[in-house]
Amino acid sequence: MRVNLSSHFRSYTAGKPAVQATGATLDEALRDLDRQFPGLRFRLVDEQDRVRRHVKVFVNATPVEALATPVVASDELHILGALSGG
Amino acid sequence: MVRATTKAVAKTKAAPAAKAGKGAKGPVTVIVGTRKGAFLLKSDAPRRTWTQSAPILLGHVVYHVILDPRDRKTLLMASTTGHMGPTVYRSTDRGRTWKEASKPPAFPKAPEGETGRAVDHVFWLTPGHASEPGVWFSGTSPQGLFRSADGGDTWEGVAGFNAHPTKDTWTGGPKDMTPDGGKMHSILIDPRDKRHMYIGMSGGGVFESTDYGADWKPLNKGCEGFGPEPKEYGHDPHDVKLHPLMPDRLYQQNHCGIYRMDRPTGEWVRVGRAMPKKVGDIGFPIVVHPRDPDVAWVFPMDGGSVWPRTSPDAKPASYGTRDAGASWARLDGGLPAKHAYWTVKRQAMCCDAHDPVGLYLGTTSGQVWASRNEGAKWTCIANHLPHVYSVTVAGF
Repeated sequence: MRVNLSSHFRSYTAGKPAVQATGATLDEALRDLDRQFPGLRFRLVDEQDRVRRHVKVFVNATPVEALATPVVASDELHILGALSGG
Repeated sequence: MVRATTKAVAKTKAAPAAKAGKGAKGPVTVIVGTRKGAFLLKSDAPRRTWTQSAPILLGHVVYHVILDPRDRKTLLMASTTGHMGPTVYRSTDRGRTWKEASKPPAFPKAPEGETGRAVDHVFWLTPGHASEPGVWFSGTSPQGLFRSADGGDTWEGVAGFNAHPTKDTWTGGPKDMTPDGGKMHSILIDPRDKRHMYIGMSGGGVFESTDYGADWKPLNKGCEGFGPEPKEYGHDPHDVKLHPLMPDRLYQQNHCGIYRMDRPTGEWVRVGRAMPKKVGDIGFPIVVHPRDPDVAWVFPMDGGSVWPRTSPDAKPASYGTRDAGASWARLDGGLPAKHAYWTVKRQAMCCDAHDPVGLYLGTTSGQVWASRNEGAKWTCIANHLPHVYSVTVAGF
């Protein structure tokens, strides 16, 4: 599936705004991303498997938090920096 | 808050042997960690002219950057960003290139149905004992102690603290911590014995281990505390220092004053009582002279009324003692004489090893100041930086 990343996370993807990942759940897709781009998962998901407070994940147009969320190859993931900071 | 009574300040003298040694020479690099990245300030040999680097990891929140004194080329950086989770960056070429730790500090995954802790940010870094190259310790928020045995690339929790059955009692709840979470800091290793360690916690207090972190005991007797009945825990040391040549001497800048402890006594003495009353003895950092255990510096802030945490009367000044806290002298030459509403965070003041010692501090308003003569005269060496969190010195 296609994974779109906001600028915050592209230091891990050599600047690419979109990459490919595989998996049957959001968790599996994120673990596949981490295999390709080591370290990325921990910046997105904490050690208790919670999506970090200022990270937003969408499956297609639906915001999701649960890593067990099912995904299919035709889905599109969007991983964005949430509104925060100053 | 109820203030407990304190003992009179005892004037002590350091052992003559502890004052031995000559000062370093040559250029220094001041490593500045800020809310928006890190910067290197490099001096010429006399420490008169300074050159500022381009920002390192611009936009990343940098809490602490430390040079490994054992190899003098590895730097570790405690970092996070506004969006991403916490990590540690490593440089093995004195700051030219940086690589993220492959396993940053993280708490264990909680069993199903339980709420586990997650590291919000790595706040403090300490190189391990001289006999253990590659060993580092880190302190996190929420308060956790972590150890790396491979130069900061992978980290494991120190279970003796992180899973200590009394930890939650010591650290208290959200009202006992700093607003953005409790902080583990001031991880000190006794140079005579790697098994002897201290930690500082905001909040919690100072704790001591004599078995390499397997168990911990509070070390806060004598500190004025919060609440109607001060306890052995629940204190707020802002910065704790151990003198490297006289490791039985500890200094502490606490939320409630400046203290000194000379072991084997286990009681803090409020040497800040000797500070001018109009200035007080509240602040974040405390710095010890590299060769003279009787010499230390602080940078007071306003801890009155609603705690503005700016310089008292908007007139910034360092204060120095040359008699282990029995007396303090104002050191404000060159600093703004009025209308300066900034302060200096706990990691943001340090010294070099020259003779006379150079002092360095970074401000919440984005300036870095240096003194070539132990605080007598200050010069601004960097301006318009982001809010400064950390200032450390490297001898390169």
